[in-house]
Amino acid sequence: MIDILNEYWKAYLFSDGTRWSGLVVTLWLLAISVAIGFVMAIPLAVARVSSNKWVSRPVWLYTYVFRGTPLYVQLLLIYTGIYSLSFVRSTSLLDAFFRDGMHCAILAFALNTCAYTTEIFAGAIRATAHGEVEAARAYGMSKFTQFRRIILPSALRRALPGYSNEVILMLHCTSVAFTATVPDLLKVARDVNSATYQSFEAFGLAALLYLTVSFALVWAFRQAERRWLAFQRPLGK
Amino acid sequence: MKAIKHIAVALAFASAAALAQSATELRIGVEAEYPPFESKSASGQLQGFDIDVGNAICSKIKVKCVWVENSFDGLIPALKARKFDAIHSAMNITEERGRTIAFSDPIYSVPMQLVARKGSPITPTVAALKGKHVGVLQGSTMETYAKARWAGSGVDVASYADQEQVYADLQAGRLDASLQESQQAIAGFLSRPAGKDFGFAGPAVEDAKIIGPGIGIGLRKNDEALRKQINQAIAQLKADGTLEGIARKYFQVPVISKTAP
Repeated sequence: MIDILNEYWKAYLFSDGTRWSGLVVTLWLLAISVAIGFVMAIPLAVARVSSNKWVSRPVWLYTYVFRGTPLYVQLLLIYTGIYSLSFVRSTSLLDAFFRDGMHCAILAFALNTCAYTTEIFAGAIRATAHGEVEAARAYGMSKFTQFRRIILPSALRRALPGYSNEVILMLHCTSVAFTATVPDLLKVARDVNSATYQSFEAFGLAALLYLTVSFALVWAFRQAERRWLAFQRPLGK
Repeated sequence: MKAIKHIAVALAFASAAALAQSATELRIGVEAEYPPFESKSASGQLQGFDIDVGNAICSKIKVKCVWVENSFDGLIPALKARKFDAIHSAMNITEERGRTIAFSDPIYSVPMQLVARKGSPITPTVAALKGKHVGVLQGSTMETYAKARWAGSGVDVASYADQEQVYADLQAGRLDASLQESQQAIAGFLSRPAGKDFGFAGPAVEDAKIIGPGIGIGLRKNDEALRKQINQAIAQLKADGTLEGIARKYFQVPVISKTAP
């Protein structure tokens, strides 16, 4: 155990000597894909609850496809599948993007988490109390202002518990990144396992690190809920 | 009751002693999922280069080979737990393993070579590979080698979860070259339609420290007598050409280690 720590702590945490590896890569994948997913999910969730079929159906199809297939398959399709198409390789911009495994992993993760986040937000928007929307309308707010001032602030707050789950699941999902040659935390654990044959210690260390990040996320979301969901807290607490 | 206990203990000692002295059979651990070195035929029989070599060694030292199947990463623990007395499963002799178990003299070594598109100027040197993308199998000796020798000098070394993926990316153009065992490259890629535009790029790479002297039989450290016997058998089989003959059955590249160190 000590010898593994001595030799591989850098690889587990941030660098295998020549490039970023381990926890830093996992956190970067998580942060960037969750950020992209969040930003895209808000307009998509609004579109998803639209009464116009031409707006809501395409979003429904997108979330249906991405929630209905395993992330692993999506990553394989994006990393191996798309790059095997010759027009992708001959278009220099596409070639530059899809050549890099990191780009492919981020794209797959962002699309995947965005699909789930869209549904979480759309559910919260649908659950907005009728009275609030009617009151907004009575004030003469436009549709946009209603969403900006009334519906989205309340819906995003109420979506927090569900959204925190999604972020933690996304952390665990980053462990398939190595399929696209991205040296994430699990890849380092596999390296250590094949170099030392101390499987329990090698994977146990990775598990501990994932657990630590999960705890940090749970804590952060609890703080966020205390702040933004205070109106739902029972009195006297 | 006590008497029975005494008898049981006595019997246990007697059988242990018998095992230790009358070595009429040699139990060899093998992980049989690695053709052409070791695999199972359709009828469940073990077959492959290591199996033939092991049997040849057994008949040289006049014992019966008993093959015991085991997962690869469990081979060393099982050897130490006396589930078998030797490992012969395409296991490279390395410093790291040498700390836990003993090895026979190297029997053969599988050369590692770069594969690249035909006509590519790539050779296994830092100068030729600078700025290029090289694919290797994760956890393999090739990965260790490429990382240690090339990655620090501006060569992009990408590790893959399986070798098929390396070939797929080589074909797709994501990689400029891939480093793997020459025989693997022939059997898995170059001899197939997908690999027709590709070929070996430069000679086999060599490195005493990382790649090591080759593949040998793993033994417990205290079985010095057995190690001597096996080394003798290996030397004889090399000298009379038996090993060379077996190797030709399986490989299109020379593999038998020339000299015993």
